[in-house]
Amino acid sequence: MAIDNDTLVRLYRTMLTIRRFDERACQEVKNGAVPGLVHPYIGQEAVATGVCANLEEGDRIISNHRGHGHLIAKGADVRRMMAEIFGKKTGYCKGKGGSMHIADFSIGILGANGIVGAGLPIATGAALAAKLDGKGKIAVVFFGDGACQEGEFQEAMNLASIWRLPLLFACENNMYGVNTVYTYAIAGGDLVKRALAYDMPTISVDGNDVIAVCEAAKSAIDRIRGGRGPYFIEFKTYRWSGHFVPPAIPDLRPKEELEVWKKRCPIVRFERKLLEDGIITPPELQKIERQVMELIEEAVTYARESPLPAPEDALADVYSA
Amino acid sequence: MKEIGYARAADEAVQEEFRRNSKLVYLATDTQPELRSEFGEDRVRVTPISESVFVGTAIGLAGSGYRAIADLRMATFGFVAMDQMVNQAAKITYMFGGQTHFPMLIRMSFGAGMHWAAQHSISPYSMYMNVPGLKIILPSTPYDIKGLLKTALRDNNPVISFEHTLLAPLSGEVPEEEYTVLFGRADIKKEGTDVTVVALSRMVHEALAVAEEVAKQGISVEVIDPRTLVPLDRETIGNSVSKTGRLVVVDEACQTCSAASEIISLIVENDNIFRRLKAPPKRVCGLDVPIPYSPPMERYVIPSRERISAAVRQVCHS
Repeated sequence: MAIDNDTLVRLYRTMLTIRRFDERACQEVKNGAVPGLVHPYIGQEAVATGVCANLEEGDRIISNHRGHGHLIAKGADVRRMMAEIFGKKTGYCKGKGGSMHIADFSIGILGANGIVGAGLPIATGAALAAKLDGKGKIAVVFFGDGACQEGEFQEAMNLASIWRLPLLFACENNMYGVNTVYTYAIAGGDLVKRALAYDMPTISVDGNDVIAVCEAAKSAIDRIRGGRGPYFIEFKTYRWSGHFVPPAIPDLRPKEELEVWKKRCPIVRFERKLLEDGIITPPELQKIERQVMELIEEAVTYARESPLPAPEDALADVYSA
Repeated sequence: MKEIGYARAADEAVQEEFRRNSKLVYLATDTQPELRSEFGEDRVRVTPISESVFVGTAIGLAGSGYRAIADLRMATFGFVAMDQMVNQAAKITYMFGGQTHFPMLIRMSFGAGMHWAAQHSISPYSMYMNVPGLKIILPSTPYDIKGLLKTALRDNNPVISFEHTLLAPLSGEVPEEEYTVLFGRADIKKEGTDVTVVALSRMVHEALAVAEEVAKQGISVEVIDPRTLVPLDRETIGNSVSKTGRLVVVDEACQTCSAASEIISLIVENDNIFRRLKAPPKRVCGLDVPIPYSPPMERYVIPSRERISAAVRQVCHS
């Protein structure tokens, strides 16, 4: 499958936007501008970017606690994201959700979720809605290797399979549930075998290679749109930060592991490829970097200058009219 | 008017709402054949025994332009779907800043009296009252269940309907024509002047029986059925207690942190009503033990007519 040059450049820009957004969000945590915490997506950018590149209007995604990348890749407004993380009234959720609970229903983002595995049943419902609508739309659920040990994983995989729902299970195996390595937590150590047990087509791909991600997602999504039921993809990747920032839990992963994975940086690898293949020039790369930095700066300024919610705003939105 | 059973009235509500809303979907581990044949297996879906995922599916449908009924059958099975109800359904509208509605109905039967032992006899509605974002209905008659379920199926929030197992065969009058029962409107099931008895679900019928019995001793009981716990009709209850000066709350659930506790707190916290009280309010609740299996023990731990009657007489004579 050939991906056209414009798309390749767009993939690069999206990955870089996610990287710079989360770097900046972490910095703002240190600066004291973020009341809560963030779970950085740094290191995993290729997964959200490559998967969401295959989505169209009307498709829906369900994200998780480490969700900024999914949201940006699906087209969320970084200004309203940053404002939400800052706890401001202009944020996506008017300051009621913070980093872990950002949603944008107008573009099919059914929300990030703070409970590991809890998005899987909700995604099953979004996929059932797409099936009942009968317009060839699909749902994608992003979750980590940790979620695969939750009961809801088994329930959702099974139900999606018996109902042949248009649902892509996008599993980001970043190797650790907080500090617990997946080879310990997962019996047999192989998630692909689990998908097969649910009678679901599946593949494991390098989650740090955006083209591999994009191609695997495309063939899965084409099949799903064709009404042939759900698909499970394992994306092997690695998170560069500890579980969340500011670090309240020590990062117990081997230090040398991070060094190895940094050499597989999805952005640097892709940048090298774009240059080697003559798809982009160094000045063009610099221009993208500059534009992305401007966008992030604008988001931070917007967040910083936005008003805080009034205390009594806490009482609104408990119920819908 | 026509005379139909409680379970039949609930079915009618679901059927009527299915006819008027093509976006309505039913999810349950077993579904009613009549509903399935009229509306098809796409909309009336049999699920595996996977409560978490089908409650979550209802949430995902709600966030995608549909409305689902997740029928858990029994309240006891709700506990395995607790995260989806408490952390997801209840909070999702709020966490996302009110961006969208999450209309859904969760149905559960509950209550003791069938000799089904501790797990299958629980009355857990007060746990859910402690979770903002959920609405809770507790219909006690065929008329109420039909009208309340129809309202629930037009409400834009997650609603949990608690339907007492022993009420299923109860018959009652239901209008031939279309009607609904609004949330937050208590029903004065019997007017009286000496004491207000607020009773929940099946206990409404026990309270009515006691009211008839103590009337012979000259005690006039007003029986109020709140019908919905969230929202709760404080005004009707408050007005009644202001009038009678006496309050007994009858609730089959365990006493500690019960709906009864909450209703009494609301009354005694109100200065105007508190000043009119002629006696301390009383709770008649389930004892704080799991529901036992054997009938003598089961009867002992749930409120009996004797206990209700004793409480009514006590507040009237103190």
